[in-house]
Amino acid sequence: MNTIPTFSSMTPEAGLKKAFGMTRPDIIAQINASGLKGRGGAGFPTGVKWNFAASAKADKKYIVCNADEGEPGTFKDRVILQEYADLVFEGMTIAAKAVGAKEGILFLRGEYTYLRPHLEAVLAKRREKKLLGKNVLSADIEFDIRIFMGAGAYICGEETALIECLEGFRGEPRNRPPFPVNTGFLDRPSVVNNVETLAWAACILQEGPEWFKSKGTEKSTGIKIFSISGDCERPGVYEFPLGITVADLLKKVGGTKARAVQIGGASGQCVPASEFQRCIAFEDIPTGGSVIVFGPQRDMLDVLHNFLEFFVDESCGQCTPCRLGNRKLLEGVEMLKAGTCSMAYLRELCALGESMQLSSKCGLGQSSPCAFLSVVKHFRDELMGRTNSLTHA
Amino acid sequence: MLMTERDRVTNEIKALTDKLGHNRTSLVPILQDVKRKYHRIDSFAMQVIADELGIHPVEVHSVASFYSFLGDHVQGKYVIRLCRTISCDMQNKERVARQLENDLDISFGETTKDGKFTLEWANCMGMCDQGPALLVNDRVFTKVTPESVHEILQECRSAFGQHAAERKEVHLV
Repeated sequence: MNTIPTFSSMTPEAGLKKAFGMTRPDIIAQINASGLKGRGGAGFPTGVKWNFAASAKADKKYIVCNADEGEPGTFKDRVILQEYADLVFEGMTIAAKAVGAKEGILFLRGEYTYLRPHLEAVLAKRREKKLLGKNVLSADIEFDIRIFMGAGAYICGEETALIECLEGFRGEPRNRPPFPVNTGFLDRPSVVNNVETLAWAACILQEGPEWFKSKGTEKSTGIKIFSISGDCERPGVYEFPLGITVADLLKKVGGTKARAVQIGGASGQCVPASEFQRCIAFEDIPTGGSVIVFGPQRDMLDVLHNFLEFFVDESCGQCTPCRLGNRKLLEGVEMLKAGTCSMAYLRELCALGESMQLSSKCGLGQSSPCAFLSVVKHFRDELMGRTNSLTHA
Repeated sequence: MLMTERDRVTNEIKALTDKLGHNRTSLVPILQDVKRKYHRIDSFAMQVIADELGIHPVEVHSVASFYSFLGDHVQGKYVIRLCRTISCDMQNKERVARQLENDLDISFGETTKDGKFTLEWANCMGMCDQGPALLVNDRVFTKVTPESVHEILQECRSAFGQHAAERKEVHLV
């Protein structure tokens, strides 16, 4: 259950050796040609990101691996770091060569502290093998990686908040632009990539961009690692090509009885059974890999209640739409559960949700109303006039 | 007695900042270390850290209070964090929560009188396929049942006995 066949089939350091025989623009060209997009959820083209950082002029540059995996229902990065840490560090070293960075930082979430001894051991071995250090692979390239522990904040998964935390500040997102590729950690160009993205970068260098492009769809190339949880027979980590339909995915994991599926975690969208033919890909339903299956017995209002409590707790509080908006939505769900919400007020709450999407400063507030809006849209008939909490069944 | 304790804290923080660097980027790692060692970051420790890094103590407090693993509240030797997010919630985390409260005789957010256990909620800790999950300090427990809560607590209690003995020896030296 905890194996990822494609990652297991890779030859250790083959991608790294190839990259070290290439020029910097050639490496970036390979990543660009593969169409690899950020696997954390936002889906920004990785090659473009690397290219921005590579062309920025600075005395120092940084490669940051974002292992602050906090999105509800996501745990693929934990498995990748447990089983394929070398592949991730290989990806970071390739990125360092492409961008011209000497320092790498793995930002590991505080909840994963138990992974640290293993990761430190992997890093030590890599230093021994000259895969990190002063002369990586005996070339004139210096690169090393250190681990920085997060301190329990979901918002630090946002790249500028993560950088704030690294710098010793509250994890409050910055205005963008300037983007971290220009003005990142300590105002230096910094590439912040998800764990999985870096692992795929190493695979692409080994197998070539055509291999990667042969899987997935035209706009969403390659394979994606999914974290499946909830009401299904076989929860766990899976690899599927992007473009897979929700129905096919549910068949593979034994969740065909589902009444709805939450894709993309709490900040993603809720897909009802009537739309299970839709595809999971950046052009249809984007995801960072989290799929939570809801069986026929689930009350969608309970689900929303849980999500909104999460966002109220994890909002950094910096901007008003997110800080107060999530609170208002949570109160609204409580009213719906108590059966005291008028249709007019529900409409107001939906308008509030849309305002939050437009006016919040970062991805947290922009995406936190998604679940609320999609549940209201698809399960409207279950929400109103409740006399107890389980009237839908 | 109070002074000795304060001197000890001061010296330890000084040694820590010498090791990690006297700059702002060391702030979070320093706070993590202090929290791990003393189970709280009090205003005295914040002042020393601020002096060492050349920043205002309010800055230290502002950072410490932002992160759920830091903060200035006192915690027990064992901090139990039960995941309350959706997948664990659907796997009956509520029953585990009830049993933890029963066995420890405290509510969430509280510390036992003997200072051994603190009970807290955690948001998604990435164990969604094996819920309900909880962390005891850095250690993760999965597929926790109301029955297994007792075993987990017992294990901590017996380990605590050993630690207490170790600490006494240190004091004697």
